[in-house]
Amino acid sequence: MRQLIFAFCIGLFPFAANAVEPDEMLTDPVLEQRAREISKDLRCVVCQNQDIDSSNAGVARDLRLLVRERLVVGDSDAEVIEYIRARYGDYVLLKPPLEPATYALWFAPIAFVLIGVFVGGGVLMSRRKQEAFEDLGAEDENTVSEILRQNEAGDAS
Amino acid sequence: MKRLIAGLPFIAAVIFGGFFLWGLNPDRDPNEIPSVLISQPAPAFDLDPVPGLETPGLARSDLVGNERPVVVNVFASWCVPCRAEHAVLTRFVERDGMRLFGINYKDKPEDAVKWLNDLGNPYERIGSDLSGRTGIEWGLSGVPETFIVDSDGTVLFRYVGPVVGPDAVERFTQALKQAGALPNGAGS
Repeated sequence: MRQLIFAFCIGLFPFAANAVEPDEMLTDPVLEQRAREISKDLRCVVCQNQDIDSSNAGVARDLRLLVRERLVVGDSDAEVIEYIRARYGDYVLLKPPLEPATYALWFAPIAFVLIGVFVGGGVLMSRRKQEAFEDLGAEDENTVSEILRQNEAGDAS
Repeated sequence: MKRLIAGLPFIAAVIFGGFFLWGLNPDRDPNEIPSVLISQPAPAFDLDPVPGLETPGLARSDLVGNERPVVVNVFASWCVPCRAEHAVLTRFVERDGMRLFGINYKDKPEDAVKWLNDLGNPYERIGSDLSGRTGIEWGLSGVPETFIVDSDGTVLFRYVGPVVGPDAVERFTQALKQAGALPNGAGS
């Protein structure tokens, strides 16, 4: 019974599809962990919106093996990524680098927020100014109450 | 100030409208992957011949120092579009005098031999890339892919996918002509 409940509980957790196959993994857990982290930042060039860590495509597998190979040789994480980037270009990076061509990408959100604050602030400020004119002068106040009084009298008759 | 704010929706509409117009362009291929290899030296590689085939293997040095730019085609017998492309490439070789080299990508040698025996072999040299490592050096995303390499080893053009159909053949022919990969007067 206990085992059944345990099996049921496991069934409740949808495990992420794991593309990394046992024969690819490195025996060194530290290196393997680094390989996994690097793989998550690299785009699969066939499936395009998936990282190579979770892709089952053949090229993704080759790239995973390559990442591990470079790590075993002694490359740093940055060197491994640079190695693949040299062959596949910036496109292979899931996080685009900050460079002149991507300034619009990185700074447009900030620019939009600033524009929003500027415009929104401007509109609110102009509203507040109008409120300052709401008080009528004593003369106008008298005229208005006179008209209202006359109207009320008219309604009553 | 008021005018500026009043004009903002219009400016926003123009900017976003421009983006939409750009996105609607039927000639734009959102799946296109920019290649880093164009105008770059071809990667270093040295591949053994396909066992069982008389065609010699392929190395980077074979692409350099030729009279005209040459074409490198990555193919495999398991790749269905390659079969259609094979006829087109063969015609370029036989009719127009294009020089064609092949990289046999992740293919069983016996399958490759059978495939070439069935369809004919237009390749001057074929390197067997069993591991797919040379494919990565070329920035390959799939098979087939076709490259035009200048005689100094610079990659001039890359075509992703099969060169099949009038549009693709036209594009490829233009690229061959621009590169000067065809003997004078050919390809017209």
